[in-house]
Amino acid sequence: MIAEFGLLALWLAAALAALQLLAGAFALKDGEAGATLGTLVRPAAVLQGGLTLLAFVMLLWLFARTDLSVLLVASNSHTAKPLLYKITGAWGNHEGSMLLWVTIMALSGALIAAIERRLPERTMLATLAAQGFVGLGFYAFLLFSSNPFERLSPAAQEGLGLNPLLQDVGLAMHPPTLYVGYVGLSVAFSFAVGALITRQVTPDFASVMRPWVLGAWIFLTLGLTAGSYWAYYELGWGGWWFWDPVENAALMPWLAATALLHSVSVLASRDALRTWTIMLGVIAFSMSMVGTFLVRSGILTSVHSFAVDPERGSFILALLIIYIGGALLLFALRANAVAEGKRFAAVSREGALVVNNVLLTGILAIVLLGTLYPLMAEVLGARISVGPPYFNPVGAVFFLPLVAVMAVGPLLRWRGDAIGRVQGKAILWLAVVVVALALFGFSTDIGFLPLLGMALGLGLAVASLLPLAGRNLLRTPLATWGMVVAHFGLAVAMVGAASDAAFTQERLKAMAIGDTTQIGPWQITLSDVAPVAGPNWTALEAQITASYAKAEPVFLESQARTYWSPQQETSEVSIHTRWNGQLYAVVGKEAEGDRWQMRLWWKPFVTLIWLGGILVALGGTVALVGRVLADLKRRYIQRRIAERQESAA
Amino acid sequence: MTGKDWFLWLPLVLFAGIVTFFLLDLSDPAERTVESAMVGKSLPQFDLPPAASGVPALSRADFAGKPRLLNVFGSWCVPCAVEAPQLEVLRQRGAEINAVAIRDRREDVDAFLARYGNPFARIGSDERSEVQIELGSSGVPETFVIDGSGTIRYQHVGEIRPEHVDLLLAELEKAEAS
Repeated sequence: MIAEFGLLALWLAAALAALQLLAGAFALKDGEAGATLGTLVRPAAVLQGGLTLLAFVMLLWLFARTDLSVLLVASNSHTAKPLLYKITGAWGNHEGSMLLWVTIMALSGALIAAIERRLPERTMLATLAAQGFVGLGFYAFLLFSSNPFERLSPAAQEGLGLNPLLQDVGLAMHPPTLYVGYVGLSVAFSFAVGALITRQVTPDFASVMRPWVLGAWIFLTLGLTAGSYWAYYELGWGGWWFWDPVENAALMPWLAATALLHSVSVLASRDALRTWTIMLGVIAFSMSMVGTFLVRSGILTSVHSFAVDPERGSFILALLIIYIGGALLLFALRANAVAEGKRFAAVSREGALVVNNVLLTGILAIVLLGTLYPLMAEVLGARISVGPPYFNPVGAVFFLPLVAVMAVGPLLRWRGDAIGRVQGKAILWLAVVVVALALFGFSTDIGFLPLLGMALGLGLAVASLLPLAGRNLLRTPLATWGMVVAHFGLAVAMVGAASDAAFTQERLKAMAIGDTTQIGPWQITLSDVAPVAGPNWTALEAQITASYAKAEPVFLESQARTYWSPQQETSEVSIHTRWNGQLYAVVGKEAEGDRWQMRLWWKPFVTLIWLGGILVALGGTVALVGRVLADLKRRYIQRRIAERQESAA
Repeated sequence: MTGKDWFLWLPLVLFAGIVTFFLLDLSDPAERTVESAMVGKSLPQFDLPPAASGVPALSRADFAGKPRLLNVFGSWCVPCAVEAPQLEVLRQRGAEINAVAIRDRREDVDAFLARYGNPFARIGSDERSEVQIELGSSGVPETFVIDGSGTIRYQHVGEIRPEHVDLLLAELEKAEAS
């Protein structure tokens, strides 16, 4: 009955999404009769969120119980799995993850319906109607082509298991985090569509949209960071970013959201970039949907292979055409009716943010092109794949100037400024960059891009703190603190990435028990190899003794695991973290003569990559808290003023 | 529409272009199976121990004289159970089928054969996937057509469905004729 109950909740939620769309549309069209209908929209959105959440909880319950009469459970779970992975298995598959997607979308809609009161009610109705419309398509997709609650008759004797790569705590957090980000952007999309419908693009509108963009962006940042670390230690390839199509699918919404975050600030503070902000609002969530299509239609091959099905691909493509095509058509027809915003001088905060937006959009275009290029080539009969040799240098052409603008832009004033005013700080930044270039350029041979990355990263680390110079730190707004922390975090991540690219040492060696080898400052001894067994796997475990610069040795274990349901082999990487880097060891196949293939890496300061990512998200969080507190304060003051006026009257 | 508004249509036009490629790609799904580079080449040398009780072992020499099928399977593999009835039909229609059991245990193979029937003349146990890799097989189940001189003639990737039976018999005949 749990499955039927979940399915029922899903159908009811879909009906409410339809109500939300229709009632909203009628209310907008017909003021008099529609007013009553309009009052239904907010409750419908809230109830829809609750019902979808209920359906999702039902699915979690089915997975926790391993109910093998449900097809999805039988094909993705197993009674022998640890309980945590049974539950996380609920979204480690196509249907379950789509239900998670819809749940987050409905909950975001419920949240704006419940708490957002600042916008004109017509724009709010249009926004919620748009949110209902988008939701409706995804409900149809779930119910008609990806039903997670489908029964299996007769019930299976045993489940088919879960991809062992996904049996990891990283999985418990990574997709849900990314999804909150991906789907959270649907709110920005609906706001943009709502504003296009009512033609009300104002600074108020931007300050309402901003916290939602910020919230989604924080989760996207965390999701990307966690995903990168997960790929790093779970795949056992020693890299942290592979330009895999699915990684790109997550990166593109982040790039668009980052651009949107900055342009929405311009709109909120200076009433400029109106059309552009609306455009980015549409693009950001469109990138989420395109990513979903690429991953699930199977038209691209990737390490993240979901159950691939061309029919589902066609369904999602139809949704893309309706929603993205529809929003872009609305944009083309209506955007010229949006009055032009305020003008500003080239050298100004706005000017720097426009350059930021152009460069971010450039990177977005490059990643999109690189991701889609194999598809286009395939249509023309060639089979190619696009990887780091394209993305790294071409992306750097846009990214490195972006980092330079990041260093100076935040120092400029709004509306108009003179370079001369910030000369001292700009020279300090430039000095750091030049010294770092000289230091690393002459002392070591680290390659051109890592050298530039290192120098600009160190420069940005210093420059990002300069907006705080000369301020009373206690009175500095949280939003400014947030910006500083986020920009500093990006600098930290850049330095980590440059250091990893420049100074990593790698060794592949067949070692017998007792053999010793050297990697960087480490002396590595293979002490023992022994079989071990886990709940649903067996493994060969290599015991490694590692000593850093002749210091006290540390002991590491790396495993070559074989899962038996389904049959799959994975590497369990062993990592030892020091303040100045990570030792990364993988045991591979047994070689001839009782030796084992060991892969060893010494990666100086590689941890800074993820530390930086966390700092960026933290900066976003600080800014979000600042915005929300300011909003609460504003509401409180307004209420007090209203009370005063009442008592005075 | 005034002249300066044309660029507002640009995003839609770009999107339409991308969708066109998506449509073309969806209508022509890419080839996803990896064909063995071994097709047309001679079988590698191997001599495997028996995989099941009462079924003879398998070596390279057992393919001499006439065309046979070589099935790569595992008792732990679900599609391998799915294709068992088709293998039985092939046997009844005159095909001699040898098999390699991948990463398997004797008691598991015995149970598998007891449950799904035994269409195989010989089964070799390939505990470490060594022969499988030499064959250029990327997964289970796969079925190869081997001619009387031990040359690999054809590779079928994935389970044998009822509609594949005639196709495999035709490939066996082709191997016989050449």
